[in-house]
Amino acid sequence: MTAPVLEVSDLRVRLRTPRGPADVVNGLSYTVGPGETVAVVGESGSGKSVSVLALLGLLPARVATVTGTALLQGEDLLTMKPERLRQVRGPGAGMVFQDPMTSLNPVLTVGKQLVEGIRAHQDISKEAARRRAADLLGEVGLPDPDGALDRYPHELSGGMRQRVVIAIALSNSPALLIADEATTALDVTVQAQIIDLVEKLQADRGTGVIWITHDLGVVAGIADRVLVMYGGRCVEDGTVDDVLEHPAHPYTRGLLGALPDLAEPAVDGVVPDLATVPGTPPPPTDLPKGCVFWPRCPVRGDARCEHEQPPLAVIGSSAVSLPHRAATWCTEGSS
Amino acid sequence: MFALVHLVPGDPVRLALGTRFSQDTYDALRERSGLDRPLVEQFFSWFARALGGDLGVSFRSGDTVTSLIAERLPATLTLAFASILVALVIAIPLGTLSALRPRSIVDRIATVLSQIGISVPDFWMAIVLILVFAGTLGWLPTGGYVPLGEDPGGWLARLVMPAVVTGVVSGSVITRFVRSSVLEALGADHVRTAQAKGLPARQVFTWHVLRNALLPLVTVTGVQLAYLLSGVVVVEIVFSWPGLGQLALQSVEARDYPVLQGAILLFALVFLVINLVVDLLYTAIDPRIRR
Repeated sequence: MTAPVLEVSDLRVRLRTPRGPADVVNGLSYTVGPGETVAVVGESGSGKSVSVLALLGLLPARVATVTGTALLQGEDLLTMKPERLRQVRGPGAGMVFQDPMTSLNPVLTVGKQLVEGIRAHQDISKEAARRRAADLLGEVGLPDPDGALDRYPHELSGGMRQRVVIAIALSNSPALLIADEATTALDVTVQAQIIDLVEKLQADRGTGVIWITHDLGVVAGIADRVLVMYGGRCVEDGTVDDVLEHPAHPYTRGLLGALPDLAEPAVDGVVPDLATVPGTPPPPTDLPKGCVFWPRCPVRGDARCEHEQPPLAVIGSSAVSLPHRAATWCTEGSS
Repeated sequence: MFALVHLVPGDPVRLALGTRFSQDTYDALRERSGLDRPLVEQFFSWFARALGGDLGVSFRSGDTVTSLIAERLPATLTLAFASILVALVIAIPLGTLSALRPRSIVDRIATVLSQIGISVPDFWMAIVLILVFAGTLGWLPTGGYVPLGEDPGGWLARLVMPAVVTGVVSGSVITRFVRSSVLEALGADHVRTAQAKGLPARQVFTWHVLRNALLPLVTVTGVQLAYLLSGVVVVEIVFSWPGLGQLALQSVEARDYPVLQGAILLFALVFLVINLVVDLLYTAIDPRIRR
């Protein structure tokens, strides 16, 4: 296996809040290889977005303390000097944000927003950058790319805007693409188009992708590997097949149980209720001492659950290089 | 407006004639200025002439109102634009600094300064400046106005203090607006996109923060400019600045109806024109408003 594009180890993010320090990300470790897609799943508030914003230094320094290491092509993002970090944003890692309605500047043309990103890293003329911008817009499937350069974001639909955001993220051919809920705000058909687009671009360029989502359907379609986050921790990771077919952590099982199953027939016209995971995630200002999922866990199969934090342990694997790991005391009889 | 001017007690003819006059002179003057006719009739004849650009003749001096206003206009324009310049030079950096470091020392100092600027009476500030810079230090003349073409040095020397006084007051108001609109623009999602693109910090700030904070700034600057153009009466009096505010005040004292009406009409026009300009600027700044 070639050297990973991104190697995150023991990433921790602590935010200063009015209610005291909040541990939003607690010791996250994972790698993303070239051409590989890692899906990060979890509920709202599980620390998914914060963990990637922290990588690129996009959290306000006044409130966020980030520790750990995050090697992007061998260079630690977390200890980088600001100017070097600026150079890495773009060519090193491109980012696509959740809401295409707000992630573009409403008062600047699409062309200007693409061109400034290109010219921040490449020493080329405005005209050359504009041609490159038009090529990119064509690549992401925007009709009439040349005309689109002079359009303002409000003149485009949500799906089109997200294509523009993707074009911006790809404009400096990043080694890593981070998609933070990139398709959540879009309707399903557009979502499928965007996913196809990213997969195609990834195949063409060998980009590593971190795909943050809470949509397990998307995960099954796009990811090579899955990382399930809960309470700022990785509670389970492994290949898509391992995690989705043989979930080991009670939380992962809960998430999968909350999916509607079209194969399950309605009995006498009554559609079976969706299973839910009762309760809400723990507040990051006051995490449980033991297993983070303990307060909501329907299993609680071990005496250590309440008081002792379970380590992320290998529980078996279908592929030798990609172990299936889960952080739970209750693995017996599950995998 | 017309009615309000006429409701002010006091007889302009009596004031114009002084203390000793005969009833015949009084009646003759009253008839000549049309004040003996019914108020409604007076209004319509004034309105009809005003539409044609004839604002009447001053009771007091006998000059046409348009010439009186034209004479005062350069002084008022000079002071208004100089003040707004001072105001923006104060407000943009101060408001921006506060917004970049909310609740820092800089922010607190800026807040206190702008509160002082808003609450200190302008005539008091004017008097203090005169005492210090014209009196004790003797650097600047106490007041007056000379046209730029005649004596550029004297023009500037006389402009500095009134412009600073009115500029500080307007600037304090504008500072608060700049702070809040920059703060809001900073929190926008697209600023994060701009940072994630790897743009230099200055470029992020100019194109993605300041550019988006312009809209409220233009609005409040327009309001302040309209206020300054309609004459800052007190400051003009203190610095003997021959502007429109002074003219309006003098015409009130003399019950000089035609001049007062002319001045008020002009102020109303100024507000209309500035609002129009502000609206036009909106469309230039924010493409979403273009249709």
